[in-house]
Amino acid sequence: MPGDIRGRMTVTLGGFGALLLAVMLVAPLAGTARISLARAFDRSQPFADNVDAQIFFIARLPRVVGAALVGGSLAAAGVVFQALLRNPLAAPETLGVSIGASVGAVLAITLLPDVAIGGISAVPLASFAGSLGALAVVYALATARSRGMSSTVLLLGGVVLTSFLGAMITLIQYLADFSQTFRTVRWLMGSLDVGSYSAIGAALVPLAIAAIGYATLPRALDLLSLGPEAAAARGVDVARAERVALVSASLSTGAAVSLSGPIGFVGIVVPHLVRLIVGAEHRLVLPASALFGAAFLIACDLVARTAFAPLELPVGIVTAMIGGPFFLWLLLRRPR
Amino acid sequence: MLQVDSVRFAYARDAVLDDVSFAVQRGTIVGVLGPNGSGKTTLLRLLAGIITPSSGRVTLDEVAVAAFGRRELARRIAVVPQETYATFDFTVLEIVLMGRYPHLGPFELEGASDLAIARDALAATGTVALADRLFSTLSGGEKQRVVIAAALAQSSDVLLLDEPTASLDVGYQLEIASVLGRLNRDRGTTMVVSSHDLNFAASICKELVLIRRGRVIARGPTADVLTREHVRALYDVDADIAFNARAGHVTVIPVAHAG
Repeated sequence: MPGDIRGRMTVTLGGFGALLLAVMLVAPLAGTARISLARAFDRSQPFADNVDAQIFFIARLPRVVGAALVGGSLAAAGVVFQALLRNPLAAPETLGVSIGASVGAVLAITLLPDVAIGGISAVPLASFAGSLGALAVVYALATARSRGMSSTVLLLGGVVLTSFLGAMITLIQYLADFSQTFRTVRWLMGSLDVGSYSAIGAALVPLAIAAIGYATLPRALDLLSLGPEAAAARGVDVARAERVALVSASLSTGAAVSLSGPIGFVGIVVPHLVRLIVGAEHRLVLPASALFGAAFLIACDLVARTAFAPLELPVGIVTAMIGGPFFLWLLLRRPR
Repeated sequence: MLQVDSVRFAYARDAVLDDVSFAVQRGTIVGVLGPNGSGKTTLLRLLAGIITPSSGRVTLDEVAVAAFGRRELARRIAVVPQETYATFDFTVLEIVLMGRYPHLGPFELEGASDLAIARDALAATGTVALADRLFSTLSGGEKQRVVIAAALAQSSDVLLLDEPTASLDVGYQLEIASVLGRLNRDRGTTMVVSSHDLNFAASICKELVLIRRGRVIARGPTADVLTREHVRALYDVDADIAFNARAGHVTVIPVAHAG
């Protein structure tokens, strides 16, 4: 069975792809107004008169697509960070990229509350810039030493950066006025209410670059997870692969956080769940995690907006409710 | 085929290796012997092209190892590290198939021939029965044999092994020795093996290079080099050295510290 990689890839991608497609079609149907899938896709009446189609495509689908992009990006980034750092407990939050994005967003909310560039609010743009800034710091730190990237330096750098930037967020909130602080607190809770397709379109640019990077990585990640020297001895260009991995994972984390705010646990829970099903090989784990992460976050968001309707929970609470216990179970199952 | 010419290497100011020269002929097993910290691992990293000499040359068939691309070099030289730790739950077959990496294009998947080579490597190391087991659940000796199989799957000309028995107990040490000896006999695999274990080296190596504090103190055929004087110079140990008929090779019994 393990030898037939072609067959396993087909089954895995087909299965997880079908799951995502099903969730994407079903999720927009749920909500306070009941709509039907058949009527939403009914082309016989004009779009302007088709209430079901309007609710499906304008009110709910952007949110579902946003959830898919954010969930898929965070899960894929989690897979890559775990292999890159050779640490199964690494996550998109680990290197400080996520909190860098938060600093950018909090700054924009506080200093540029009403600024928009090209129809897009300054908040996602500043948040994406913040993630790139954090990446630059981490990258400089990891490569400053001549002997290549050290995963220990990366991990420690991420921990230090995260607490440093956390303090900066607290400082900005402390100095800001009440309404701005309220907005930053809500932003930091994370929400998939992305609003429009244009925000999604803007996020697609860095995500597309990350996706190209991801496509070249799986086999190198398999080997890198055995250690950089072992990988080099098997013919991997380690420095290049690590650079592509770090930049791709950071771009997709930054794009995801700028779209939705920080949403925890997806990047760590999904890769592990997927590994339990498909095994360790990254050409299965990476795409399957992206697909499953997308489906998982759509489902969590569905729970968040329907469980206490009309009240809407921050989706991060739902991912934490599922992710926290799962994570503990994982730790108990494999003590390290 | 593998040639080391007056190689010097320094991580910082002090040289870890200085004026090291020796040659590895096709089909032989060369042992690099020396105490801990003598520069053995550094020498193997130089041979593998992981690091480049500060001065001097390491060449493979007359071409500087540093001039090869990573992928090309991996098709010529395979490395078995001291210990391999798998972060994720790879199966044994998956680990061995990773050896095919330098032979495949960027998006190419392993085909039937790659699988056949992997199976063959498993057979050569006596690990066929482990193929579907998770690598992380294996014993130290089993892991080492699987990693040797992965290196064999690389279909390289030379196998470099860094202290392959360092973390193994005596039973596994003999097991690895017999696997390596058989590979050399049956397939003519050329190997460079670093070790601090004199008896392990004596059991499989045809030639030895003795290194102390980064310098070669002796080199040549095992029987000529493994003498009481050299062992004393290498480890400050007084030892009895004699041909052991049951083992079929010279054995070394350390008797006392000779400081």
